[in-house]
Amino acid sequence: MPNSLTDRHEYPGKLFVVEGIDGSGKTTQLGLLAKWLSAEGHRVFVTEWNSSALVKAATKTGKKKNALTPMTFSLLHATDFADRLLYKIIPPLKAGMIVLADRYAYTAFARDVTRGVDRQWVRDLYSFAVRPDLTLYFRVPIDVSLDRLLARRVKLKFYEAGMDLGWSANPVESFRMFQGKVLGEYDRLVEEFGLEVIDAAPSITVQQRLVRTLVTKHVETSHVEAVDDEPL
Amino acid sequence: MTNPSEPGPGLEGGANGGIQPGRYYGRGIPYLPIEGYPGKLIAFEGTDGVGRTTQIQLLREWLEVKGYGVVETGWTRSPLMQPTIELAKSSNTLNKLTFVLLYATDFADRLEKEIVPALKAGFVVLSDRYIFTAMARAGVRGIDRPWLRSLYGFAIAPHLVFYLNIDVKTLIGRVLEARGMDFWESGMDLKSGDDIYDSFRAYQSKLLREYSSMADEFHFRVVDARRPVDKIQDELRKQVAAFLEPVEKPVEATAAP
Repeated sequence: MPNSLTDRHEYPGKLFVVEGIDGSGKTTQLGLLAKWLSAEGHRVFVTEWNSSALVKAATKTGKKKNALTPMTFSLLHATDFADRLLYKIIPPLKAGMIVLADRYAYTAFARDVTRGVDRQWVRDLYSFAVRPDLTLYFRVPIDVSLDRLLARRVKLKFYEAGMDLGWSANPVESFRMFQGKVLGEYDRLVEEFGLEVIDAAPSITVQQRLVRTLVTKHVETSHVEAVDDEPL
Repeated sequence: MTNPSEPGPGLEGGANGGIQPGRYYGRGIPYLPIEGYPGKLIAFEGTDGVGRTTQIQLLREWLEVKGYGVVETGWTRSPLMQPTIELAKSSNTLNKLTFVLLYATDFADRLEKEIVPALKAGFVVLSDRYIFTAMARAGVRGIDRPWLRSLYGFAIAPHLVFYLNIDVKTLIGRVLEARGMDFWESGMDLKSGDDIYDSFRAYQSKLLREYSSMADEFHFRVVDARRPVDKIQDELRKQVAAFLEPVEKPVEATAAP
């Protein structure tokens, strides 16, 4: 069985991925990275986990009725990912663009296994994925991520908090338990798939400087340390 | 009643230990243990228009008269996915890999919500198509076969798989007589030509080859589907009876004077 998730791709473009739990700050970092790369003259395409139109309908039906099991949750996201990979990610890679992915197959590995799906099965499932040139994992303690989410008055999402597992009726408590286990799965992935760990506790600017340094190894840029010191 | 009654070939089980009816084919669903359930899963496979549905209806009647509780399940009938799959079919925008995964999602939903509960409750589950049609269709469309097997590793190995076997020529006659050729059953999405007859013929020939290649691996009981309906039904009943009776009637046998 060919495994393109572990074999280096041969497209002229680059695929950079950010991973981490909600509230890890990965989306902010990805946005800043995209700005910088565009300013450097690169053609950049940003794609998010779970954003394709076709599967959105099914996910909504499922979520409304709380009807998704861990397996159908997993397969539905894989379907969505396949759609996105073939229509949104591979074409720009073929065209030599930089693709920035907000979450990737590793999100599925961490979440689905926490939900009780077989660890090897879900890895085999995603073996059709393209191996990223670089995956940045923003590691954050649960309390920090919760503080950030609650400060922004973000309503904790049903599945993101693992409410479907029925571990706790309290969303915050459920989030803490579920994402705590998700963090454990991420730690496994760091070694297995060679993720670059970024400590998500320091300031946005400090993190972004590290992000840009890591990215510079894969793309041609004029200057590395070009980070404005004002936070967003 | 609650004891595992499957005498499976290898005691070790697992992915390489051979197929054990009533167990998962591969990695399975860790949070859903299924061992020792009293129900029986019987799958009917065969290409479009081969007569599966007719045979299942007749078999159901017969089983119910004999006192068995019967549950039927089909392909793409899950409430979760049906609208999505219909939408995908009509819009023709999905790529083949996405299609394969949508069908697998649908199957997982049905497995967890219909098949497993029915097996647990002691029903005979008659499945109109099982994973093999999905694998045959995907295989014909160039999807990696080992990947497909690993994907469907969460499927339960049926106690019996009947494969209704037919040749293309007989199939064409039957389909044209009954209702005509349909876009998907003709593999028109493969864009091998505009002629639906040629396309149907070529596509169904490939499908039949794909099914045959799975026959040994998945222990198909091959049934000649070119015969009249009642002849096929007789054979099915004979085989189903031979399988169900020794399991279900030991008490009667000893109680007889």
